[in-house]
Amino acid sequence: MYVAVKGGEAAIANAHRLLADRRRGDRALPAIGIDQIVAQLGLAVDRVMAEASLYDRALAALAIRQARGDMIEAIFILRAYRTTLPRFGYSKPVDTSAMVIERRVSATYKDLPGGQLLGPTFDYTHRLLDPSLLADADIDAPLEREDSGEPVMRVSDILAGEGLVEDDGSLPDGHVPGDITREPLEFPMARDLRLQALARGDEGFLLALGYSTQRGYARTHPFVGEVRIGEVEVELDMTELGFSVSLGRIQITECQMIAQFKGSAKTPPQFTRGYGLVFGQSERKAMAMSLVDRALRAEEFGEDVVAPAQDEEFVISHSDNVQATGFVEHLKLPHYVDFQAELALVRRMRREYEEKLAGSTDDIAEAAE
Amino acid sequence: MSDLATYNFAYLDEQTKRMIRRAILKAIAIPGYQVPFASREMPMPYGWGTGGVQVTAAILGPDDVLKVIDQGADDTTNAVSIRAFFQKVANVAVTTRTREASIIQTRHRIPEEKLTAGQTLVYQVPIPEPLRFLEPRETETRKMHALEEYGLMHVKLYEDIARNGHIATTYAYPVKVEGRYVMDPSPTPKFDNPKMHMSEALQLFGAGREKRIYAVPPHTEVVSLDFEDHPFEIQTFDKPCALCGAEDVYLDEVVLDDKGGRMFVCSDTDHCEDRCARGHRGHLAYDKEAAE
Repeated sequence: MYVAVKGGEAAIANAHRLLADRRRGDRALPAIGIDQIVAQLGLAVDRVMAEASLYDRALAALAIRQARGDMIEAIFILRAYRTTLPRFGYSKPVDTSAMVIERRVSATYKDLPGGQLLGPTFDYTHRLLDPSLLADADIDAPLEREDSGEPVMRVSDILAGEGLVEDDGSLPDGHVPGDITREPLEFPMARDLRLQALARGDEGFLLALGYSTQRGYARTHPFVGEVRIGEVEVELDMTELGFSVSLGRIQITECQMIAQFKGSAKTPPQFTRGYGLVFGQSERKAMAMSLVDRALRAEEFGEDVVAPAQDEEFVISHSDNVQATGFVEHLKLPHYVDFQAELALVRRMRREYEEKLAGSTDDIAEAAE
Repeated sequence: MSDLATYNFAYLDEQTKRMIRRAILKAIAIPGYQVPFASREMPMPYGWGTGGVQVTAAILGPDDVLKVIDQGADDTTNAVSIRAFFQKVANVAVTTRTREASIIQTRHRIPEEKLTAGQTLVYQVPIPEPLRFLEPRETETRKMHALEEYGLMHVKLYEDIARNGHIATTYAYPVKVEGRYVMDPSPTPKFDNPKMHMSEALQLFGAGREKRIYAVPPHTEVVSLDFEDHPFEIQTFDKPCALCGAEDVYLDEVVLDDKGGRMFVCSDTDHCEDRCARGHRGHLAYDKEAAE
């Protein structure tokens, strides 16, 4: 006999208890520490900070541990915390030309003021599994040149000196930068809002879209003007004091993509830019972001909108992985009320179909007689 | 890090609640119009009721009595989870009884019992735009609403009839509110559409992921779209509820065995239990007295 399904509450509690058990795993092994995650899984921490839009390594590491290493789940946990934090102000724009550089490469100049600096990169490593990492072998101390303290000129500034690249994006006077976490999105978007959305957009989604522009779906002839990773100072204007104070330093990755443009009746021929800026060290994300940013500027340059990467509503509406995963995964919630409605309709249509079929074979039988 | 876990009453900060209340007031002032609002990330996933939860959080007071249903039932896992959330963050009184609740948050159903003045029904909405599957672009659909250009929807319903002999929409069946806006009633079965019409209760709709709030104030006209020669009709069931014997209610199909055995029971569990308590019996009801 049917018994109404009760006990959802107990089932949920037990499921979460099991989850906690699986998260901890073998109790004979020491639990992984937050500081270990920060130190040894730093790029995972960076991705979570970037896509959660919250710069806090310890909390990101906690989220990663809580999520059992599921990155999107970790991003989600951190975002749900971020959203409850009060806003007491907006920082001044960070000055990336004053960045303390750890890595800086340009694909457009062989050598340039400030030099090419590889920094801690996977580039040119051979992707062979390294058995020495199985044991905790001693690691040599790094060799680093002494920091000259000199600011490293941005490649875009070199081109701008000749007037060969469009100006750094400027906004009309009195434009107050928006905040996509406080205001609902509306299309079409201003570029500041679009860049905010891209900065927290899913790395994989932006990577695929950026890749698609390279394969001919909205080709933009991009060159990496420069990728730089390092620390910048975050400052806040204190109206009471009449000057700004430093809140500290954050690590960011910036990519300036130089893209081709032939000019128009209004504009002389000059290169255009795509821009990427991401918390932490995430070159792939910053580069993909800059490709997508440039593709999304199609209308601004009078280019035909023919590819997905150029379609603002398509890109921005689907770039947020927390939204995407929630809505895709909600399909596992009960839908039996709706399904029952569909079932009843299909059954009815089947009945009508079969009646019609039976009717028409009768007709044929009659005609044959 | 232990001071991390201090959250405001009903989770959202007061500024955010004020922003949501303003959106709700605007929605009530323009019945059926989708008001954009700055939806927050909630501690449950998008698509799992974040819009409804934000609306409930914004209107919930310490004296409210909350009921949460999913598919008509109080004990489906997501309803349990949302109810537990509000018990935890607002310490609010909860109930499963429709008539005792001042706020009812729902997914996919409207309770069978007639709602009364003073009650608020909060719907969880996945896709608030009734025109979305006809036109994927928000920029376009907003224009269509502004110009009251709903021809596309009528063409869709007409094509259904031409192809299938029926309007093939069985849930999320579009309605026109107060003669102006075409509105998505959320994925409730069309069975529930007539309950929205001239309801005494306030009906609020929250779509978190899509960042929209809309409303049907009490005593508002809500008309399901149809044609003169194909009038709107709701689902009917051949048999009454197997447990409480109710007719004219929406039923869930329960598979009993692997030999095609089926039973149909009320989707609204509170309504069913209430009827059973009042002595109504369906043909498969477990009869305590008879057993003794």
